Amino acid sequence: MADPNVILATDCGSTTTKAILIERTPEGYRQTFRGEAPTTVEAPFEDVTRGVLNSFQELEELSGRRILDGERIVTPARGREGVDLYISTSSAGGGLQMMVAGAVKTMTAESAQRAALGAGAIVMDVLAANDGRLGHEKIERIRHLRPDMMLLSGGTDGGTVSHVVEMAEYIAAADPRPRLGIGFKVPIIYAGNRSATAEVERILGGKMAVSSCENLRPTLERENLQPARHKIHDLFLEHVMAQAPGYKKLITWTGAPIMPTPGAVGLIMEAIARENRIDVLGVDIGGATTDVFSVFSGVFNRTVSANLGMSYSISNVLAEAGLANILRWVPFSIEEGDLRNRIKNKMIRPTTIPQTLAELQFEQAIAREALRLAFEQHKLLAVGLKGVQQERTIGDAFAQAASGRTLVDLWKLDLIIGSGGVLSHAPRRAQSMLMMMDAYAPLGVTRLAVDSIFMMPHLGVLSTLHPRAATDVFHHDCMIYLGTCVAPEGAVRDGERCFEYEVRGPGGARQGSIPFGELRLLPLQPGEKAVIALRPAKGFDFGAGKGKGIEREVHGGVVGLALDARGRPLALPEGREERVRKLRAWGAAMGAYPL
Amino acid sequence: MAHAYTPGLKVSGRVVLLKRRTLPIPGEILVRPGDRVSSDAVVARAFLPGKVHTVNVVNQLSIQPGEIQEFMLKREKDAVRKDEPIAENRPLLKFMRTTLRSSVDGTVESVSAVTGQVLLREPPRPLEVKAYVDGTVVETVGTEGVVVETCGAFAQGIFGLGGETTGPIALAVERPDQDLSPDLLGPQHRGKVVVGGAYAPSEAFRLAREVGLSALVVGGIDDRDLRSLLGYDLGVAITGAETIGFTLILTEGFGRIPMARRTFDLLRANLGRKACVSGATQIRAGEMRPEIIIPEGPGAPPIAAGVASREGLQAGDPIRIIREPYFGRIGVVGELNPEPVRIETEAKVRVLTVRFDDGETVVVPRANVEILET
Repeated sequence: MADPNVILATDCGSTTTKAILIERTPEGYRQTFRGEAPTTVEAPFEDVTRGVLNSFQELEELSGRRILDGERIVTPARGREGVDLYISTSSAGGGLQMMVAGAVKTMTAESAQRAALGAGAIVMDVLAANDGRLGHEKIERIRHLRPDMMLLSGGTDGGTVSHVVEMAEYIAAADPRPRLGIGFKVPIIYAGNRSATAEVERILGGKMAVSSCENLRPTLERENLQPARHKIHDLFLEHVMAQAPGYKKLITWTGAPIMPTPGAVGLIMEAIARENRIDVLGVDIGGATTDVFSVFSGVFNRTVSANLGMSYSISNVLAEAGLANILRWVPFSIEEGDLRNRIKNKMIRPTTIPQTLAELQFEQAIAREALRLAFEQHKLLAVGLKGVQQERTIGDAFAQAASGRTLVDLWKLDLIIGSGGVLSHAPRRAQSMLMMMDAYAPLGVTRLAVDSIFMMPHLGVLSTLHPRAATDVFHHDCMIYLGTCVAPEGAVRDGERCFEYEVRGPGGARQGSIPFGELRLLPLQPGEKAVIALRPAKGFDFGAGKGKGIEREVHGGVVGLALDARGRPLALPEGREERVRKLRAWGAAMGAYPL
Repeated sequence: MAHAYTPGLKVSGRVVLLKRRTLPIPGEILVRPGDRVSSDAVVARAFLPGKVHTVNVVNQLSIQPGEIQEFMLKREKDAVRKDEPIAENRPLLKFMRTTLRSSVDGTVESVSAVTGQVLLREPPRPLEVKAYVDGTVVETVGTEGVVVETCGAFAQGIFGLGGETTGPIALAVERPDQDLSPDLLGPQHRGKVVVGGAYAPSEAFRLAREVGLSALVVGGIDDRDLRSLLGYDLGVAITGAETIGFTLILTEGFGRIPMARRTFDLLRANLGRKACVSGATQIRAGEMRPEIIIPEGPGAPPIAAGVASREGLQAGDPIRIIREPYFGRIGVVGELNPEPVRIETEAKVRVLTVRFDDGETVVVPRANVEILET
């Protein structure tokens, strides 16, 4: 395929359709203009292409490039007219909602869950022969939830047949109805024991659109998620998208298959980790959901916390985190009833924005808890078996079933990437950095960044067609490096010695000592590097062991180098006055809020 | 943002509404276009497949799955009555015989020689959809339902609980800024759609249930009272199926907020008339707000149907501020500044000036107001 000169990309989100223009310049590919418009999947429009065309019109106005001839995209690009390629992702209408099932909850059902999440789905429920629910309860559950698609796994190849057939019988009895498009059959992917394929297809064939692919757990010690992920993407396009209003038309416009938004973000996360050989944690905090992506030792995992978000689901953050956990991040006094009412008012009017500084700090306090809870949920699923095609010994497989140790290791984590309105559009970048430092409490030396204008989904799809264009734009326009956080594990009393540092960088050498409980920011500009030598006090650990010093290269950013001596685990003072004083001091140290 | 619009809650004295009344699965349509229907008329009916019960025959009879057919007394699709034998073993000694009986009336759905499991299905359950409003059937939607047209007064709330109901409108307060103290509710409100003012305390909920209100319409409540009403913390605003004893509609939000004068006056003007009310709220894809519809009787002069289009906010538009620090206040749009302005949070956003009745003017982000639509 010839390299395109002008690329048009959209992400059709649940509320907003975001369009970007990418153009080839002598320096490489660059994102040049951005337009957006409300998504129009719902009534009264019920046609996603209306919103897409509106976002194109805004791009035309801003860029001066003629993109549309009526409702047709002008192609190829010539001078100030047309584009060479149009691509899109979609999470409109609630995204891809799936149910998954397997024979054993902690084995094949969990593998099926990872496959669905990795493909960009919201997993509504995980069914297993041993999930503790009675048969009729499973059937009622399937019938009640109305998934867009199902994924059935179970049994290693040559292993159990009866359990997976039992699950198929339950699904057939439930005869699930689709969420979109009355009258069409819900697609189901069978990715289990090959010996049961014929029986499963016989049971489900009349009632659902069955497709089979390779077993996602062919042996106990091997997971093979990729074929199921590909199949999910195919069926998403063929069945689910084809039922959503306007997508039949949109599909004919795009030069590559429309991909679920989180699936595309996952692709770019995997690419970052692979190209830089680093361990990455990514988060996209939206209005309704929070997606967490991680790549540790080459293993990709994605989870979605379907009801943790900053607008539609903000009240659920309160319900799950509890009032005390939110209040601990609020740097002023607020009456409990008032806080509860404010959260509910945001839930029922999700498009409002904070007008006062207190309102902003209050929303950012909630964001910390949403980020933390979503991360906790991620750690629970990013466990055990390595991803695609990686072998474990049989002993490991048994150990995983028993312990399910998380793959997430904050000591190994190199980079945290934040995305979503509350992180990407915080008035000061230092606020985003502090929110992520508070929510994730990174250990050792960790770099932090945000997605400037949420273009990772667009770049994820683009990476499947033109990797160089995606990489160029990613590095130049998408990523905003905030800086680096250094933080040791351990705790003592406030004011006691925590660690000494010496930074050798572009501005010469700086050194100092930080007492426990303090946060300090040193300047280190974007693109700059420095070497930091850290000497922890007895009882503190930077990853080399308690009291042992380390030396590392650190990267600058728009915020700088944060020396975090607040201790790990990160504990806040119990008393309200002392806590408020500390929060204000930390905010001031980072330059996060106006004084 | 191009083509952006500021959503608002509709409060209108007379409007034509089309209500789509559909089943979740295809069924039978019981009315025809042109038929006049009342709110409680059943317009469509379907039969939902009955509940499924599982019987692990092989375990209970201690046999192998492959042998199951030999021990079955009933075959797939056979009808069964509750307690009727469905499978039985044949031991040498009669007193050791085990007979499995059906736990329900229904049919044998499947007999599996792989899992050794039998599924029994209860008879189909009827599912009916009512017209919900008094009006005229104007369209059928395949075999799923109909569209009912009605003309009348219409007010949307911001949040509700509970399903569809009807009742005559009654006022429990005299002013929109008055709290609904519990002593204002009494037996005279039984079966009625009762209008409160700015705020209802939790005690009012207990009385509403005790008295047997059809619905309660009020400016605001406290979130902590919502939690005690539901018994849990509501996480996501998808409601309508709650069974709290009455339907609740908030017109303004959470806290003590006077009901918008226009909403209060509309409801007062229709005192004693039948209202069709729904508390169903869905604030996500496919936004749905709670509503009060007061249908006119047959023979009312016609008005044009259709979705009114508007060009977004304009100077002079009546608006409600929907975020602190001016939350709940009502005014009119003064100036619309086209350029983004830096506000207290340091965010650069598009703003507007709002002029209140007392002459005070304030600047607020455009995202923080909603149009009072008619």
